[in-house]
Amino acid sequence: MGGRLVRIGVTVFPGSNCDRDALHAVELMGADAVELWHGDADLKDVDAVIVPGGFSYGDYLRPGAIARFAEVMAPLEDFARSGGPVLGVCNGFQVLTEAHLLPGALLRNISTKFICDRVRVRVENVETPWTAGCEVGEELTLPVAHNEGNYFADAATLARLEDEERVVLRYLENPNGSVNDIAGVCGEGRNVVGIMPHPERVSDPALGSDAGLRILRSVLVGAGV
Amino acid sequence: MADSLKIRVLVRPKEGILDPQGEAVRSALPALGFGGVRTVHIGRLIELEVESADEVDAMCRRLLSNPTIEEYEWEVVS
Repeated sequence: MGGRLVRIGVTVFPGSNCDRDALHAVELMGADAVELWHGDADLKDVDAVIVPGGFSYGDYLRPGAIARFAEVMAPLEDFARSGGPVLGVCNGFQVLTEAHLLPGALLRNISTKFICDRVRVRVENVETPWTAGCEVGEELTLPVAHNEGNYFADAATLARLEDEERVVLRYLENPNGSVNDIAGVCGEGRNVVGIMPHPERVSDPALGSDAGLRILRSVLVGAGV
Repeated sequence: MADSLKIRVLVRPKEGILDPQGEAVRSALPALGFGGVRTVHIGRLIELEVESADEVDAMCRRLLSNPTIEEYEWEVVS
């Protein structure tokens, strides 16, 4: 990176509501925070992208279904397919599954209730840009806030995910009915990661914890910072 | 003016996919005194007016349904 500040983009769709938190967390990481508007046709030369949580396009049709066709998604898909680090958080995870950058889908929570809580997760795979700074088996307490966080993949896809060790985070106590307690997965290339918990909400010690930086700062490890 | 076709698309959870919404409604019905309801499944009805039906199937696959979790059927209504 030649001493240049790492640039991390955060996408903003109508209805995103964790974009400011994510941009703030990026600044706390010591990186350059770049807002990527949904109508932007390029990624402004960023080194990594976070697709934040929220209710993009009002969750109309299905969460993430409309955002997936926003203009900024075309360069984002190219970036992801060429190995660029992309992290989808909550609604961002839903967007990435709708865009087929990640397998499976997020169904409504088994309880039918919106869950806003802190959960314990275990880091299962550190071979991704977003967990490279963690240790296998490390346990983190992270906030969740979702209505559709119930991860589903068909039996064949699930077997493949487990065989290829592509489960990134697993709940210690499953809050939402996700198959195999899955809280996060990565794509085939491992550079695209989707997680339901919100690391950006626990990135500032002023808010009681900075456990989320264990995830977010990982991307700087790969960038050699 | 081009003729317009009215299309009705029905999208529903695939067989075996958890449908918590349907389950919540199923358990609410007896509370209102309706007995004998074995299952409830909730889907989505989408009505379109299109100039041609040629691309309706592609619309269903690419946006109107998510083939990972849903199945769809569609018909020309008029």
